[in-house]
Amino acid sequence: MRRDTRLAYPYVVWMVIFIAVPLLIVAYFAFTDKTGQFTLDNLRQIGEYAPVFLRSLLLAARATVICLVLAFPAAWWLSRLRANHQRIMLMLVMLPMWMNFLLRTYAWMTLLENNGLLNRLFGAMHLFDLVNGVNAALNGLFGCSLPTGITYFPMINTSGAVVLGMVYNYLPYMILPLYTIMVKIDNSEIEAAQDLGANTRMILTRVLIPMSTPGISTGITMVFVPSVSTFIISRMLGGGGNMLVGDLIELQFLGNSYNYNLGSAMSLVLMVIVLLCMGVTNTSGGEDGIEGVV
Amino acid sequence: MMGKRRGSALMRAYLVLLFSFFYLPIVVLMAYSFNESKSRSNFTGFTFKWYESLFHNDMILSALGLSLALALISAVIATVVGTMAAIGISGMGRKSRLIINNVSYIPVVNPEIITGVSLMLLFVAWSGAAAWWNQNAPAFLRFFPEDVIGFPSLLIAHISFCLPYVIFNVAPKLRQMDVRLYEAALDLGCNHRQAFFKVVLPELAPAIFSAFLISLTYSIDDFIISYFTCGTLQTLPIAIYSMTRKKVSPEINALSTIMFLVILAIILISNLADSRRARYKAAKKEEV
Repeated sequence: MRRDTRLAYPYVVWMVIFIAVPLLIVAYFAFTDKTGQFTLDNLRQIGEYAPVFLRSLLLAARATVICLVLAFPAAWWLSRLRANHQRIMLMLVMLPMWMNFLLRTYAWMTLLENNGLLNRLFGAMHLFDLVNGVNAALNGLFGCSLPTGITYFPMINTSGAVVLGMVYNYLPYMILPLYTIMVKIDNSEIEAAQDLGANTRMILTRVLIPMSTPGISTGITMVFVPSVSTFIISRMLGGGGNMLVGDLIELQFLGNSYNYNLGSAMSLVLMVIVLLCMGVTNTSGGEDGIEGVV
Repeated sequence: MMGKRRGSALMRAYLVLLFSFFYLPIVVLMAYSFNESKSRSNFTGFTFKWYESLFHNDMILSALGLSLALALISAVIATVVGTMAAIGISGMGRKSRLIINNVSYIPVVNPEIITGVSLMLLFVAWSGAAAWWNQNAPAFLRFFPEDVIGFPSLLIAHISFCLPYVIFNVAPKLRQMDVRLYEAALDLGCNHRQAFFKVVLPELAPAIFSAFLISLTYSIDDFIISYFTCGTLQTLPIAIYSMTRKKVSPEINALSTIMFLVILAIILISNLADSRRARYKAAKKEEV
């Protein structure tokens, strides 16, 4: 079949102009000052923001681990269902993803607020009375100084809320690639391991996890990358005290700080972090990489 | 046997928990769209008034219009250019194919915020360069538009992040395709053009169509990249964002409910059509 390579030219030109060149511009801004002189000050200045970078990495890592732990059994059990049930369940996993993630995150704002639904529910269950009572008892018995006037649990504007937002938004991205790999694992392989004397833990560590490694690494990348670079989730659920790298970058370009050069330097560092992460998880980048999601 | 049954009960409980985690926020969001008061925690009475005011909210309606127009145009362009590219790339040597594939992966794996920021810088640089040129070049050469930030920049951005997905959808289908079909068409008297449009294209049609749908949904759903490239325009996700910042009316809940139901309807219909087609195919096979 004659496949004219010229057909690809418009695409190649497009990608060079609108993907490659913009990244070069980012690099240019990162290494220059406002007058266009070469400088390393922007990169040096990032040192001041090291705590923010660290927090981003930490929260994203936490969200990724939680997603992996939650998704692994779910994906396995989904892959063992009857074929037509699998289809329905997969649809149910993907359906929330079709709703704009701003709306999904907004929903959690409603739930987590101090006078939000969850706190009201806890109140109706007399959970606060219980905690206050226990605290009062502990104070009396051991001389602790635990609070006894709790009327709500502070949930919104905490780092936990940010992690929750990440897990909620990106968990499907972990389930889907895991499922795609696991559905290819035949039951007979598990049975063979059992026949050869493997117990549940050995089946997990010697058979299931090694066989689903490609799915695991794809899933980790697909959860970690958007988590570490988010600025919406931290802004909506984290309040002012849980700024992430994404917030910082956004502030440099559209917010009050307004410093393209510093923002570009931050973007560059973030990109390096993402690349390193992908190097560690060893995503092959083959065409199967995004198979589970597209 | 006993262990297996216990395992399946555990599995069922776990999946129920997981799905309630997925759907609880959505259900709450939808329930409060019918709430009489603006409060996000008290349910005071049932009303449709937020739906009514939503449909009189000009900001939302114009944002919806912009999002739909943008999605349609960018999906069409991305699908055409991407399909051509997939065919072209498949005819290339191993090395250039590898390079292009890796470049295609950049917008997929790069954090969206970086794609957005980099495009924003490009458009800002373009505006500056065009302004300089239009001041200094001879009058008849001053044809570069200075003000690209707005619809043009949004369109370019959306096409850019949709294109790779088109290629990743069409290329595998192209690889699977039986070359002999095309050769048979040539043997039967087609020229290359006829063989392409009558044999290759119909064979690729399902992949091209799903690439189009993916582009459409990514474009409608995109917030981050649009946020950096929209200037003063508002697409639907950006309008939603500004609504969540103001923390006001349950109109946003009404909007979520409508969007969820529309999506649900689309998925159900397409799934129904799929399963019907599958059943039809199976029945046909049995007849043979």
